[in-house]
Amino acid sequence: MKKNRNYSLIIGLVITGIMLALALTALFWTPYSTTGMSLTLKFAPPSWAHPFGCDNYGRDILSRVMQGIGTTFLVSASTVIFGMIVGSVIGFFAGYFGGWFDEVIMRINDVLNAFPSILLALVFVSFLGSGLMNIILALGILFIPSFARIARSEMLRLKGLQFVQSARLSKAGTCRIIFAHIMPNAYIGILASAAVGFNNAVIAEAGLSFLGLGVQPPNASLGRMIDEAGSFLMQAPWYAIFPGVTIIILVLGVALISDGVNRMD
Amino acid sequence: MRYIGKKFLTLIIALLLISIVVFLAFSILPADASIAKLGQNATPERIAALRAEMGLDRPVLVQYWSWLTGAVRGDFGTSYQYTGTGVASLVGGRLGTSAVLSLISLVMVVVISIPVGIFGAKRRSVAGRAAMTTLVHITMGVPSFFLGILITYLFSLVLKWFTIGKYVSPAEDLSASISYLVFPAIAISLPKIAMTVKFLVSSIRAELHKDYVRTAYAKGCSRNGVFYGHVLKNSLVPVITFLGIIIAEIVAGSIVVEKVFSVPGIGLLLVTAISNRDYPVVEAVVLLIAVVVIVINFLVDVIYQIIDPRVKL
Repeated sequence: MKKNRNYSLIIGLVITGIMLALALTALFWTPYSTTGMSLTLKFAPPSWAHPFGCDNYGRDILSRVMQGIGTTFLVSASTVIFGMIVGSVIGFFAGYFGGWFDEVIMRINDVLNAFPSILLALVFVSFLGSGLMNIILALGILFIPSFARIARSEMLRLKGLQFVQSARLSKAGTCRIIFAHIMPNAYIGILASAAVGFNNAVIAEAGLSFLGLGVQPPNASLGRMIDEAGSFLMQAPWYAIFPGVTIIILVLGVALISDGVNRMD
Repeated sequence: MRYIGKKFLTLIIALLLISIVVFLAFSILPADASIAKLGQNATPERIAALRAEMGLDRPVLVQYWSWLTGAVRGDFGTSYQYTGTGVASLVGGRLGTSAVLSLISLVMVVVISIPVGIFGAKRRSVAGRAAMTTLVHITMGVPSFFLGILITYLFSLVLKWFTIGKYVSPAEDLSASISYLVFPAIAISLPKIAMTVKFLVSSIRAELHKDYVRTAYAKGCSRNGVFYGHVLKNSLVPVITFLGIIIAEIVAGSIVVEKVFSVPGIGLLLVTAISNRDYPVVEAVVLLIAVVVIVINFLVDVIYQIIDPRVKL
């Protein structure tokens, strides 16, 4: 066992750790001000002083990327947690009670699942409007169906087992059975799919921000940086490349973690 | 036939449900369309007059019925933003572009991912597998719009193979249009190719361990004979369902990628309409995409049943 190390998990944890550290650092300190403009530094190429170069206002791109990672983490983690909690509760109840309630919930799930998430997100945004809280809400709602499905199948797997039956015989209430007996046994499966959800959230948030419908200024966002950079590709290709590569590395890190976790069992 | 009949019934129900949701969402929920048209300072009398003219004072069910019959005939009212322009002509003019773009992307996914998937599944070395997994993961993680930016930079600005923004509509010159749309299609399809390859590889690997494979070897079939004659056929069956999801993803991907390449398709129309709160246009586009997705899922289910008759309800 010792020889066969779980490299996916290790590398994934390291990458995600570094990203998280960068985001947390940006809360207190960034190399330069994220809003400080400078005419002389307009489109300055990457250098030792500015490793990622500068943008069309002469702002330091590294500082803005660090802040953008924070926004991405905040949005993605909040949406996944929101979707996970609401979805699990719905899925647990649907699986526990079964019958028409289960049937209705699962049909709604099927329909929602068939739709590409960016389209649904756009529909929600067109009502709620853009902005940080609305994006979290819109994307969070999108994640409810997938978590509900997983929680339901975990419930179906567990509810026939003996420990649940003995809990029922000892007159435990429905809520007690679901939350005290079944949930501690089901959360591993649900957490494993949280990683996949997290990555979907990262890409969806970046896409919405790229379309100008996501997080609004002054919050830095990797997607919007790429959108702005699109007009200056000729003068400053690094303006688009660094935020884009950051998104890729972020997604890769979490994907490797979920790969590694799956390989553990 | 019973299976197809049942699926057809669910198709009709799903379409009706979607139409109700879209109608409620865009025609009833938003602050009154008449206020949107007249502005906040309009007098109550003028609003009442316009509401009567637009039919907004009728019961919801009556409004839904007239909306639905209009939608079926392709009448979605007029756009708020481009006053006087019918939504149908706005959408219709851009439909061809998006359809061609999605079709090119789908062809790319099918033509590229099947050979690559076969190649990947045949690798046995640990290093080969690790390289494959890493490549697939990275490609899956690239947001399509960023891929679009990279393609623009490389092929348009550095290599000058096409000029960004110089789009020709398919109706004008089909070959010129396709040679422009190939580039956004690459941006849309590359992450989907990675997803399909991953799915196909695991499907083939699962199939390789089944009993009939051992039987075929025992009968003396060659390695390639077993692979192409038996395993591949069976592994491709679940891929059909997966392609249904991929088609929906392609349609969605084009929403974002059209902006990068300034392709005037329905995706770009949708995004501008959302920014301008042009609800009739948003409503029409969302309904259109929803119907396409539902119908494709129906067709996939039917095709699946024809290929693999074991599937029963």
